[in-house]
Amino acid sequence: MQLALLTGFVMAALVPLLHRWIGARTALLLAALPAAIFIWLMTQWSALAAGEVLVLEQAWVPALDVNLTFRVDGLAWLFAMLISGIGVLVLVYTAGYLRGHVDLPRFLVVFIAFMMSMLGLVLADNLVTLFVFWELTSITSYLLIGFRHTDPLARQSALQSLMVTAGGGLALLAGFVLLAQAGDSWSLAELATRGEAIRDHALYLPLLVGVLIGAFTKSAQFPFHFWLPNAMVAPTPVSAYLHSATMVKAGIYLMARLHPALGGSATWTLVLGLVGGMTMLVGAVMALRQTNLKLMLAYSTVMALGTMTLLLGVGTRAAVAACLVFLLAHALYKGALFLVAGILDVMTGTLDITTMGGLRRVLPWTAPTAAVAALSLAGLPPMLGFVAKEALFDALLEIGPWGWVALVAATTAAGLTLAVAAIVAIRPFFGPLRDTPRRPRGTPPALLVGPALLAALSLLTGVAPGLFDELVTITLAGLGMPGERVHLVPWHGFGGPLALSFAGLVLGLLVFRAWDRLRDGLVVGLEPLVARGPEVWHSAMGWRTLQLAAWQTRVLQNGHIRTYLVTTLLAWLALVGHALVVRHGALSWPVSAWQAHEVMVAGLMAAGAMTACVMRSRLAAVAALGSMGFSIALTFVLFSAPDLAITQLLVETLTVVLLALVLFRLPHFTVLSSPLERLRDLGVAVLVGGLITTLMLAVLGSERLPRISDYMVANGQPLGHGHNLVNVILVDFRALDTLGEVIVLALAASGVYAMLCFRAEEAGHG
Amino acid sequence: MEAVLAVIIGILFAAAIYMLLRRSIVKLVIGLMLLSNAANLLVFVTAGLERAAPPLVPRGLSAPATPVADPLPQALVLTAIVISFGVLSFAVVLVRRAWELVRTDDLDHMQDTDR
Repeated sequence: MQLALLTGFVMAALVPLLHRWIGARTALLLAALPAAIFIWLMTQWSALAAGEVLVLEQAWVPALDVNLTFRVDGLAWLFAMLISGIGVLVLVYTAGYLRGHVDLPRFLVVFIAFMMSMLGLVLADNLVTLFVFWELTSITSYLLIGFRHTDPLARQSALQSLMVTAGGGLALLAGFVLLAQAGDSWSLAELATRGEAIRDHALYLPLLVGVLIGAFTKSAQFPFHFWLPNAMVAPTPVSAYLHSATMVKAGIYLMARLHPALGGSATWTLVLGLVGGMTMLVGAVMALRQTNLKLMLAYSTVMALGTMTLLLGVGTRAAVAACLVFLLAHALYKGALFLVAGILDVMTGTLDITTMGGLRRVLPWTAPTAAVAALSLAGLPPMLGFVAKEALFDALLEIGPWGWVALVAATTAAGLTLAVAAIVAIRPFFGPLRDTPRRPRGTPPALLVGPALLAALSLLTGVAPGLFDELVTITLAGLGMPGERVHLVPWHGFGGPLALSFAGLVLGLLVFRAWDRLRDGLVVGLEPLVARGPEVWHSAMGWRTLQLAAWQTRVLQNGHIRTYLVTTLLAWLALVGHALVVRHGALSWPVSAWQAHEVMVAGLMAAGAMTACVMRSRLAAVAALGSMGFSIALTFVLFSAPDLAITQLLVETLTVVLLALVLFRLPHFTVLSSPLERLRDLGVAVLVGGLITTLMLAVLGSERLPRISDYMVANGQPLGHGHNLVNVILVDFRALDTLGEVIVLALAASGVYAMLCFRAEEAGHG
Repeated sequence: MEAVLAVIIGILFAAAIYMLLRRSIVKLVIGLMLLSNAANLLVFVTAGLERAAPPLVPRGLSAPATPVADPLPQALVLTAIVISFGVLSFAVVLVRRAWELVRTDDLDHMQDTDR
């Protein structure tokens, strides 16, 4: 399996080459990859049904406890099937949708890479691996949303989605690290068995916040939902695949996966219930405000994601089962509807639902496909959407008073969604045929296969939902909720859920009839809320961050070397000074004998340095520097370093000559800074000098450690065959250093030579 | 004597920093010279001072008979002296070249040439 994923990434890289050979058929050929994975997963079913969990181990970075271990249990199998199955259909669809598009290879590269990342995400058993794939899906999603990169809106939406999901990713990473600490493992399977310890851990709240922010941003939960409708600028296959069937469900997957480890606490229920319920209602209401078909569908996806979060928050066995069925139903019908929207877009040249009508006569195959999928979206029998909705009501009816609040919200949302479904299925296809920017012609089969198959599956599984009994039961067992076999039926019989469904139906039909007037009301009425909504907050936050960055760049990176130097020095003073005071404590003054002539030489040194600073005359400054240099050479003589003294004397002589030659061609010293500035600089300089002295005293007063030089002194003659130990070190023990030194000198010399020659040449031309 | 030299080295560092903070680029070069000398001395003094005991091995012996000054910091400082001379000569020619081109030695005015 790991090999299959790697093959996928390699294939993604090879797409441009492939495209050169076989052209537009590349997409069809690439569809073989998810098809193979799909078939492989099918063959694993019997083992899975027998209660086995397939574990594929593979070390990656063993030192950090990071591995590429894949675990195929019920939940992972379900998601992997959706990803690979819908992936095949969408790739076939893409072959028709983007036929002849110049950037088709680029699209396919990113698309395949996304598919593999998503598979990795749901199969990974390691938190770090999961996170890596998680971020990969964010990045590929960014690239796909921005596919039409010449459109500024596409770029902006892509960036926004990246900011939201990658920002959430950071929170997720923090949450994962804390989770691994609290659960003492990086393995999801092991964490699932340590739920109680994690929930009682002191870090539970912060880690929950981190993980949930990650999941909420990815799954477009309120208040992070706004990026999802904006992401609809992406090509339709992307909307269908990433932003409805797979990627946005990564957050749901994560919450379901961590449910055994994190779920069940009051906080979990409260947060997921509130956020999920809110998202559900916001999505349903906002969907009715739109006239753009894709935006409508996007908001209804938001609603569906909210419902799933709510169900995971409730967290009973029935609720999680309902969540799984809802997930399946949603993936099937929403994939189909988005692909239908893409067909309408290609055929009519518009997505505005109010300008379409009567298309059933020119698009005889698309209309029934849309109708069947919309029936499932509406939650009407005999579709899988109905089974899912009944399961949802059933689960909510089970749980006491709070369930009633949730039920009212869910019924309202279901009613509004039914209205959306009716609008989507009826408005474009019925009534008189209306003129559209493009004249619709027959639909190519490549475009129709995908949506028709998905719609047919919605119907088939709606009639026989028992197909999923086993899968749901196994998945629940994998999530720590074993029990009797779940039994899904196409018709629930009369009772509470059916009554609620009926209430939703009535509400939906009323809304559908009054939609045109209602929409105007919603557009005007909600405008103040939307104008102060989370999207505006988010962009304001982004803008403020940019301002802050600009401000701090202006202050810290102002281009004056003085500022950099002072900042660095003050930071150094504070840190080192602090460490010296805290760690070292009292200083001991090293006692050692001194002689009058030595102190005189040292005094000359200091006097030379200070004179060089204050002299107005350049000659005097150079002379003072020279006197300092020669005093240093004298110090070397006094303290047994003849080689150093010779070198210092030579270099000092050359330096004075050089300065004398060059400096006198430069302008005279002038006073450039104000007295206050000079005082400030003097203060910094004195502080630094003082700290250096203190540091030296601390070092001199401390214990001597065993020295490397003892080895060099003992072995200089026997190994290096020299009598001058300094020389032996330079040319033997540390010969590479000396080589480096020679290279530096050569570089400096060639630099100097180049600069001088350049001048001569210029003068020659001048 | 180490303590006395520690104070002197502190003064050298202070002078170097003061010069590095000047606006005139020539003074900056002087600051660079002071800084490299101060750093060399720091390494030399911190290793400990010995009087009249250069790190030489007398003829016929394989190691010095009496304790000698530490040769390793001397070797390091020797390298440093030579390299700082290389850097200095490069800097000086660079300053000279900059003066020819922009006709100022004020760093604040030189900055304007980027814009």
